[in-house]
Amino acid sequence: MTEMVHGTVPVQTGEPILPRWWRTIDKTTMLCILLLFGVGLLLGFAASPPLAARNNLEPFHYVIRQGVFGGIALAVMMITSMMSPTMVRRLGVIGFVFSFAALAMLPVFGTDFGKGAVRWYSLGFASFQPSEFLKPGFIVVAAWFMAAAFELGGPPGKLYSFLLAGAISVLLALQPDFGQASLVFFSWGVMYFIAGASIPLLVVIVGGVVGLGAVAYNSSEHFARRIDGFLTPEVDPTTQLGYATNAIREGGFFGVGVGEGQVKWSLPDAHTDFIVAVAAEEYGLILVMIIILLYMIIVIRSLARLIRERDVFIRLAGAGLACGFGVQAIINMGVAVRLLPAKGMTLPFVSYGGSSLIAGGIAVGMLLAFTRSRPQGEMEDILSRRAGG
Amino acid sequence: MIRKPLRPLAQILKVRASGGDTSRVESDNRRARHDIMMDKARIRAEGRLLVMGLAFFFAFATVGLRMAILSGTEPEEPRIAASGNPIIGQRADIVDRNGRLLATNLETHALYAQPPLMIDPYGAAAGLAAIFPELDEEELIASFTGDRKFVWIRRQISPEQMQAVHDIGDPGLLFGPRDMRLYPNGRIASHILGGAGYGREGVDAAEVIGVAGVERQFDQYLRDPANEGAPLQLSLDLTIQATLERVLEGGMMIMNAKGAAAILMEVDTGEIVAMASLPDFDPNNRPRVLTSGDQSDSPLFNRAVQGVYELGSTFKIFAVAQAMELGLVESDTMIDTTGPLTWGRFRINDFHNYGPRLTVSDVIVKSSNIGTARIAIEIGAERQRDFLTSLGFLAPTTVELAEAPSGQPLSPRNWSEISTMTISYGHGLSTSPLHLASAYATIANGGTLVSPTLVHGQPHEPGPRVLSPEVSAAAMAMLRAVVTDGTASFGEVAGYEVAGKTGTADKARPQGGYYDDKVIATFASAFPASDPQYVLVVTLDEPVETSGTEPRRTAGWTAVPVAAEIIRRVAPLLGLAPKIANLELEGVTLTSN
Repeated sequence: MTEMVHGTVPVQTGEPILPRWWRTIDKTTMLCILLLFGVGLLLGFAASPPLAARNNLEPFHYVIRQGVFGGIALAVMMITSMMSPTMVRRLGVIGFVFSFAALAMLPVFGTDFGKGAVRWYSLGFASFQPSEFLKPGFIVVAAWFMAAAFELGGPPGKLYSFLLAGAISVLLALQPDFGQASLVFFSWGVMYFIAGASIPLLVVIVGGVVGLGAVAYNSSEHFARRIDGFLTPEVDPTTQLGYATNAIREGGFFGVGVGEGQVKWSLPDAHTDFIVAVAAEEYGLILVMIIILLYMIIVIRSLARLIRERDVFIRLAGAGLACGFGVQAIINMGVAVRLLPAKGMTLPFVSYGGSSLIAGGIAVGMLLAFTRSRPQGEMEDILSRRAGG
Repeated sequence: MIRKPLRPLAQILKVRASGGDTSRVESDNRRARHDIMMDKARIRAEGRLLVMGLAFFFAFATVGLRMAILSGTEPEEPRIAASGNPIIGQRADIVDRNGRLLATNLETHALYAQPPLMIDPYGAAAGLAAIFPELDEEELIASFTGDRKFVWIRRQISPEQMQAVHDIGDPGLLFGPRDMRLYPNGRIASHILGGAGYGREGVDAAEVIGVAGVERQFDQYLRDPANEGAPLQLSLDLTIQATLERVLEGGMMIMNAKGAAAILMEVDTGEIVAMASLPDFDPNNRPRVLTSGDQSDSPLFNRAVQGVYELGSTFKIFAVAQAMELGLVESDTMIDTTGPLTWGRFRINDFHNYGPRLTVSDVIVKSSNIGTARIAIEIGAERQRDFLTSLGFLAPTTVELAEAPSGQPLSPRNWSEISTMTISYGHGLSTSPLHLASAYATIANGGTLVSPTLVHGQPHEPGPRVLSPEVSAAAMAMLRAVVTDGTASFGEVAGYEVAGKTGTADKARPQGGYYDDKVIATFASAFPASDPQYVLVVTLDEPVETSGTEPRRTAGWTAVPVAAEIIRRVAPLLGLAPKIANLELEGVTLTSN
């Protein structure tokens, strides 16, 4: 009665969060992501015991860690995917500001773990790689800028986002981490493309990238050796690439059998960069095909759902996330089969790595949030057309 | 941005006319334009998203296809990537003129360790220390348990040692093939073969390179894979070389000499059938190069090729032969031998007083310094020098040994008349015994120049003519007389008509002047005199023959008997038939008579 007298307390007019989430989420994509995570754990059982043996740890130490981080990542993904796009954008921008600051301060506080590139903060029990978290944040910020440019009298968001991408690339290249830098740039390029870049300008940009590659080839011996190694038709079987290629051949269609693989003992990066070689050796082409199919479904389905999307920000951010995710997978597997020059890049959600997993969870959660089905004003279209007609 | 004019201007005009607020119409217009722009952008984005989707589909499909193709092919065995400059292991053999081995390769193994592969570094170190006493167990453990990935243990091990290492059974102990150069005849022909050592070393092979002698001279040829292992055939005859070395060594001991050299050469081709220098060494285990003292005292020193000595009266035949060639004398021309011959402040004496006059032949037979000097005066410095140059006495020999260029003759800078006289009897010009052998071969073969060679079976062109055949024959007759009637009477070997000339030269003191109790005794000979086939030069360094009441040092008592013994043994091996003057067999009645 009091309610009737003193006005109503705010009550939720829509349906509750969880049911609505379940109804609108892209369940196929989510299933694929869960399956990928499962494959990652399965391969962790195969690929990480040699690493554990090298570090004098119990054999499944890294599998357990992967499970723990994976659980956190899945939880983060679920929570993120429940947010509204506006919420995602806000948190994404905040996250971007923090991770950008963290990235900028890496030269001061970071550590290189003896690998020659300062990419991490050591937290004692775990390490933290800001660039992994920066990527989804950057995509959100860049999409926000670009979407703002669509408004009449809006800021020149495309230029701003480009400057931002450039700044991040420079910071990453200083570490040096050309892989992440190129991923950031690629994501920006995808969004710019979707946002309606003029084709001649894109040609100029691609030409510029090729030119930069040539400069890098001529100035960096490290880089040049990798390209040379890729260009020679004969693969030297004593290199990582040679081992990976042989492992894939060894595996054949059905694999040599669980735990029977040898390549994980000879490849230092078997649990990260070359995990697909381990998969091919032990489980054969079948599992590799399944992995490829899962990635393909996630990327293409997300893009298909984004085609219907009318909100510019959501469309751009979603496309950037999906394509960044997909291209990382393609580069990782392309290196293992010698389609691409050697470049250390993890296989999202499958490779071992805490930062990579959780950041992947955030990115995929954002993607799921963006690809949720929501009213797209079709009815309005129809009605207005009727009215206009 | 080009602003489009507001199209529905009529609406605004209408509102303005009615006095209403136009901003509402304007904002409606803006929104409509915005919607149109958004629709355009959306349609374009739809197309581009579709393009991206297709691109990703094809990219994933390509990776999948590539993966399938790789899975369908056979794995290749990891193999050692061929480096740019592989080490060629095989080195060609060296054989003598009959194809008998002088140098070959033996496959041995090098032992190395890869500590990361080791199961039990401590056990392996203990086992190795037991097999190889010179290895220190503590050091081995240190290198096996440290950071090193690769440790050389031994560069060469024997098959027995290899088996013992196998028995240790540690997979971190590994073997790499090593070709070892082997000289199966030991010390025989050591100076000629020289020796070999290791150059670049890899795990799977090591480069064997020649360090001296023909091994070094023909190093490129021996290592050239294009020869397909064809052996290098030397002109040496292993049997004769062995015989010559053995007799020479015995002679050197009997004559108390500190060194000796001998050369046996074919007079027509210049091929060296045997050549020795004592003391010698084992090329399988070359001694170290002397770091102090006189290198010519080292066993590595090749006295026959590198050593240059004043070879004494053996040179007299060159003065006489040249004088005959120039028509200055005949073999029976009488020469004034009154001694002493005084020339400025120099006096030339003979060993004995041979009376006032001798024939040219007797000047050689009795070895008269005075007679030879007088003949040399007739010839003159310039012609003598030219003649000796044409015989090759003023440049190092061209024999195919790495050491040959170091055998540079020593000649007087100012070739004065007194030099002319002393050089005519072998003082003042230092040459190697091999020079002398070549020059004697030139006289013996009828007068065409001989260049010494160690390679068998090369096409041989007669050299330029230095002497006429007549002079050659006359000179050989004189040399034969030296053996039959003169200073080299011990040189007579029944049936082989040895001809030759002795030479006993006082050794020069390093600080100037000559020793009076140290000589170089030389016998240069050719046989058989009637049709010379071979030249043998024997040189003894500081010989003393002590069987008599006084020590005797002259070549006739020292070098000549040694040379005679060599010829006695070697001539049958060379296939020379002895010439027996009286072939009628005593006490046998031939049925035909």
